[in-house]
Amino acid sequence: MNDKIKEPLFHIVKRDAPPISRALAVRAVAIILAMILCGIVTTVTTGLDPIQVYESLFVGAFGSRRKIWITMQNVSILLLIAVALTPAFRMRFWNVGGEGQILAGGLAAAACMICLGDKLPNALVILCMVVGSLAAGALWGFIPAFFKSRWNTNETLSTLMMNYIATQLVAFFTIVWEVPKGSGKIGIINQDSNVGWLPQLFGSRYILPILVAVVITILMYVYLNYFKHGYEISVVGESEKTARYVGIKVGKVIVRTMLLSGALCGLVGLLLVGGINHTVTTTIADGQGFTGVLVAWMCKFNPLTMVFSSLLIIFMNRGASEISTSFGLNQSYADILTGIILFFIIGCEFFINYKVQFRKKSAKEVQ
Amino acid sequence: MMEAGNAAVSMRNVSKSFGAVRANHKVDLDIYKGEILALLGENGSGKTTLMNMLSGIYFPDEGQIYINGTERIIRSPRDAHALGIGMVHQHFKLVDVLTAAENITLGLHERLNIRETTEKIIDICNRYGFDIDPEQKVYDMSVSQKQTVEIVKVLYRGADILILDEPTAVLTPQETEKLFTVLRKMRNDGKAIVIITHKMHEVEELSDRVAVLRGGEYIGSVRTCDMDVSEMTSMMVGHAVSLNIHREEPRGVKPRIEVKGLTVRNDEGVLKLRDVSFTANTGEILGIAGISGCGQKELLEAIAGLQPVESGEVVYVEDDGRRESLLGKDPLSISEMGVSLSFVPEDRLGMGLVANMDIADNMMLRTFRKGRGPFTDRKPSKKLAKEVVKKLEIVTPGITTPVRRLSGGNVQKVLVGREIASEPTVLLTAYAVRGLDINSSYTIYDLINEQKNRGVAVIFVGEDLDVLLELSDRIMVLCGGEVSGILDARTADKNQIGMLMTRKGGSEHHE
Repeated sequence: MNDKIKEPLFHIVKRDAPPISRALAVRAVAIILAMILCGIVTTVTTGLDPIQVYESLFVGAFGSRRKIWITMQNVSILLLIAVALTPAFRMRFWNVGGEGQILAGGLAAAACMICLGDKLPNALVILCMVVGSLAAGALWGFIPAFFKSRWNTNETLSTLMMNYIATQLVAFFTIVWEVPKGSGKIGIINQDSNVGWLPQLFGSRYILPILVAVVITILMYVYLNYFKHGYEISVVGESEKTARYVGIKVGKVIVRTMLLSGALCGLVGLLLVGGINHTVTTTIADGQGFTGVLVAWMCKFNPLTMVFSSLLIIFMNRGASEISTSFGLNQSYADILTGIILFFIIGCEFFINYKVQFRKKSAKEVQ
Repeated sequence: MMEAGNAAVSMRNVSKSFGAVRANHKVDLDIYKGEILALLGENGSGKTTLMNMLSGIYFPDEGQIYINGTERIIRSPRDAHALGIGMVHQHFKLVDVLTAAENITLGLHERLNIRETTEKIIDICNRYGFDIDPEQKVYDMSVSQKQTVEIVKVLYRGADILILDEPTAVLTPQETEKLFTVLRKMRNDGKAIVIITHKMHEVEELSDRVAVLRGGEYIGSVRTCDMDVSEMTSMMVGHAVSLNIHREEPRGVKPRIEVKGLTVRNDEGVLKLRDVSFTANTGEILGIAGISGCGQKELLEAIAGLQPVESGEVVYVEDDGRRESLLGKDPLSISEMGVSLSFVPEDRLGMGLVANMDIADNMMLRTFRKGRGPFTDRKPSKKLAKEVVKKLEIVTPGITTPVRRLSGGNVQKVLVGREIASEPTVLLTAYAVRGLDINSSYTIYDLINEQKNRGVAVIFVGEDLDVLLELSDRIMVLCGGEVSGILDARTADKNQIGMLMTRKGGSEHHE
């Protein structure tokens, strides 16, 4: 061993609860650094001018009135999914079954549109769709919750498996309902009668999901922070032992919360099928059930800040596909950029909570 | 600066902060070969942090550490081992499924030769009078055996400087005595030993010198024989404290909780309580003594409605003599029956409180259901939080601080404060002062005595027999899940209880 070991180059020190301004500043720096790195990667790998690339990134998301509306609509769908998953996550119930719950809700909505479309008046069909999709989503949430509360099964596995069941169910019914026969897809449902199409508000088809997302996000914030139910969810999430100690029925809270979480995912399915796509396919949720998990985590399960993180992700997503088309790059390139930015945003949490202390230059080192 | 050549460790100007919390500030501490140093200080005074820096777990923000007169940089526990520093932590760091020998050699960069290792372990054991079987698996060991493995592990690595963080917290008096004998032998062997403890009589009995920290700063060191307990305490606290537990004669004693033939198995089907019967009376403190894991936890949880019971009965006797069974009821239905039962569990942050919630929200745990409508009403709990913080002198930046950020003593005050606020008729406490400094401990004793004088039936599970003898009116001793005796605390003595703790039988005294 050396006579004198050198002081380590740096060591890590925990910060005390950092002020919000600091945390925001760290995040801003992270995004700027990520942008710079993306620029470098772009120039090195494609030889394009990074400024131009950023410009088209922005154009892709906000370049025209219609693009802005679509961006907003996508943000509201992703936000709704993240908010729907949040109560479960606050309870430390790892609901990765958003995808399946959305599909279940969407399938129920489509079923109402197809089977009841010519039998009931439009308003009644829509009512059936709302009830049906909420119930189907809730059922998809209930099953893993029931297993968890009764037999303490692992909810990550069971919610994940429920996704496959939902996907296969949709695939099955796609064949049952396919139009025309042999095409392998359902196509636009009730294209002529528009029965079961969710109404346009203020003459725009984009406003309904946005409005629903705003209302649900605020309600969820209130529910989680000011309701007795929200308090119970937090206690169960922090410690089931504490919950039992004060007489909270843990199983009941788990089931109740997953019914809510699933029903809200079902609502997203309704919006996608009845309001936006007017059809159902196995890929209608498009992986957003998982992206929603990321959004919820990034915001530490605070519904209000999820507005910003879902905006960021949708912005990147839409901007990136613009880049890939206008510069002849493919979608993978867009994914690389999104990955870099997410890496920085998630990584900067470390610098918010810890600081790195470098070795002080001191005379003692010179021996 | 570098006086006395036999200083094994000299810490100079050592500082360490965690965010805004200054855990150690310019501490100078010397530890000498051939002495036992007791490191004293209140909760949160920085004792453990200081020793963690010596053993390489934390890295100091500032300051120098000299080992045997040479300045050293300790970057990791491995560096510390290389310098002959070993620490036995309060919470054991052993792998349950491995044997003693495997645990002892774990992490060493040497070829594992079981025979040599075993010989070396036996050699160490013989030298200091330890008694362990190198082939025994850790999960088969008692707490005291596990601790022995930890000490041997440190010695095996050739430690000359030994740090023990609250080593006696989980030992019986007999085991403590054995440990002290070993520690004295090591001292005579020329090793430097640091012991962190809150039990003042142990400090007096064992240590040669005490060093005191207060608020992260070094206050001074004194030879143990030059000072008495109350002087040491005032040095720790900064002002004089009275160290008397004022025990009044119980008044209006009536049966409140009657337990008959209680038998309990835990989740794994292991018998934890067998045929336990006793009565807890109003206006009386029933102390419960026993080695840890002898069924104390299950007993309290069975009364509180948290533990399924195999057979037996638990009856609550109302003031007017009505009797109601508490069995098969959960905490919610017990409180809906109108029984105000408070429980201070052993696992404070894992059961009694929610670590990530603030003080006010923790106050709400018992009462959040109050009021109609779906909304919680946070006003009363904020008010209660302020009252408790003020009355129990809780050191906290405010009532919106998460309880996990508070020091051990303050966490316990939050918990006890909440449980007492509901004006209980029964108060169950498990290890209410574990890990608490002497000042906080006496605050808790006072609170418990106050409840007793209010006519509450108190069941106090404790580990410090001196305290049990001073505080309780009667003491029930548990051994392996059975009642081995119920004694009058005013006449019983420590040895008698120690015997009952380890062996069922002995003479039974009833009041």
